[in-house]
Amino acid sequence: MAVRQASTRRGTRRKSTWSWAPAIYVFLLMLPIYWMVNMSFKPGREILTRATLLPDTFTLSNYMVIFTDPSWYMAYLHASIYVVMNVAISITVALPAAYAFSRYRFIGDKHMFFWFLASRMMPPAVMLVPYVQVFSELQLIDTHIAVALAHCLFTVPIAVWILEGFISSVPRQMDEAARVDGYSLPRFFFKILIPQIAPGIGVTAFFCFMFSWIELLFANALTTITAKPIGPVMGRAGGLVGGINFGLLSAASVLTLIPGILMIYFVRKHIARGLSMGQVK
Amino acid sequence: MSRPVNHKSWLLVLPALFMVLLSAGLPLMAVVNYSVQDVFAGDQFFWAGTQWFEQILRDPDFQSALLRSLVFAALILIIEVPLGIFIALRMPPRGRLANFYIVLMCVPLLTPWVVVGLVWKLFINAESGLLGAGLNWFGITYNLDNPLVAWATIIVMDVWHWTSLVVLLCYAGLMAIPNAYYQAARIDGASAWSVFRHIQLPNLRRVLLIAILLRFMDSFMIYAEPFVVTRGGPGTDTTFLSVELVQTALLQFDLGRASAMGLIYFLIMLAVSWSLFTVMMRRDGEA
Repeated sequence: MAVRQASTRRGTRRKSTWSWAPAIYVFLLMLPIYWMVNMSFKPGREILTRATLLPDTFTLSNYMVIFTDPSWYMAYLHASIYVVMNVAISITVALPAAYAFSRYRFIGDKHMFFWFLASRMMPPAVMLVPYVQVFSELQLIDTHIAVALAHCLFTVPIAVWILEGFISSVPRQMDEAARVDGYSLPRFFFKILIPQIAPGIGVTAFFCFMFSWIELLFANALTTITAKPIGPVMGRAGGLVGGINFGLLSAASVLTLIPGILMIYFVRKHIARGLSMGQVK
Repeated sequence: MSRPVNHKSWLLVLPALFMVLLSAGLPLMAVVNYSVQDVFAGDQFFWAGTQWFEQILRDPDFQSALLRSLVFAALILIIEVPLGIFIALRMPPRGRLANFYIVLMCVPLLTPWVVVGLVWKLFINAESGLLGAGLNWFGITYNLDNPLVAWATIIVMDVWHWTSLVVLLCYAGLMAIPNAYYQAARIDGASAWSVFRHIQLPNLRRVLLIAILLRFMDSFMIYAEPFVVTRGGPGTDTTFLSVELVQTALLQFDLGRASAMGLIYFLIMLAVSWSLFTVMMRRDGEA
């Protein structure tokens, strides 16, 4: 398999100059991250006084604070819970829609995707007050599901777009064969379509994860105590008496990156495949 | 291959449509409602008609913030889209190295907004930051009071944060181009430029459309970076639309005015995105 891929791909591009450009690009991207990791291992006093490429005194104390204080580590858990809920909801509603866009023409199909995207065009700050009102009517304030639903604003349009690409890469003959065999639509989805596009679901999950994980404005406004995610907790720690503890904040930030890196590691091979198919004709 | 017409497939779209309506439609209606009223203490409403809209559109602060936001979004697109395409073109096709690059490129994308601010504050700190102290060593002081430096910082931050999205999308688009296209080009003795112009670029249309739309929306509404790093300053040099909006909505809690502002931004974004969308889709028809 690997050999075949390599040979079909070989020669697709001439040997190019500038082939080291991605390496430089990635290196530059990593510099600020490296600096933050560096900071997270420094004791409080060392951080804002001198620039050193490695900590003079290496300490794990910043991380220890986070792992021993529930108000810190629970915040990661809360964020993880609503992100997982959001991913599940987004994929569940996006899958049938993506199938419809991929297979049929119907009234409004051409422009509907644009209108899905248009839902992201309202500045989040204005949406906050109505959101708080809607979710308090529904008695959902300070629950994980409220944040998960609010984040559908960012994730559902993207999920539909990515899944549409994957479903379009499954030949339509497969639908017809299933219909001849007497499969109902739900059974076709679960038995045939979903296994076929499993990598696509992984990629979609990654993108939903990304947009939900990095969003903190809604997550902060819709939660008070029992579902408070990490970002606002960091903000609070930043405003504590006696100045900002940058070491602690750096350690907390480094930990926010880890779930995402794990996630991308699992879908890395499918990313390139996942986004490309669909209506590239 | 054309798809059959089947209006019943609307039923399949309904769940997604319902979610979008719940998460965008309902709040949007509330915003429209607020925008024509004067709200006191959060629960007393007075009809204001189009008063807010007239006030805002005439406000010189609004006009200059709008101009700044448009210039900023344009700069972001001009930098990130070509850079993203360029990096994607130079990526190794498949294999371990490509996967390694992809994993690392995604790290900025997965960084929450507050963390982005912190990362850069630490990075540009004049005493202890790698960039700040590094420039200091060369005798250059990193000075955010200089409007040019403030702008450059925010632009670099955004490029750092989001260019990888363009790279990923374009890389995926390039991977989908059938090998036969390249073989045909080689037989014709096409130059690297004409391969790019006539094979690669047209096939990137779909991914570029989404990349440009997403980048335009988010950079036009940029908030976290200027807020954390420059607080809108020096003076009002980095007070973009959303910075002004957040001040009105959350700090002064002026709901009516903030909603009217939000609607105006929404309509501007809608108009620009729609033009981009139709221009790029029209090209679709020609190719």
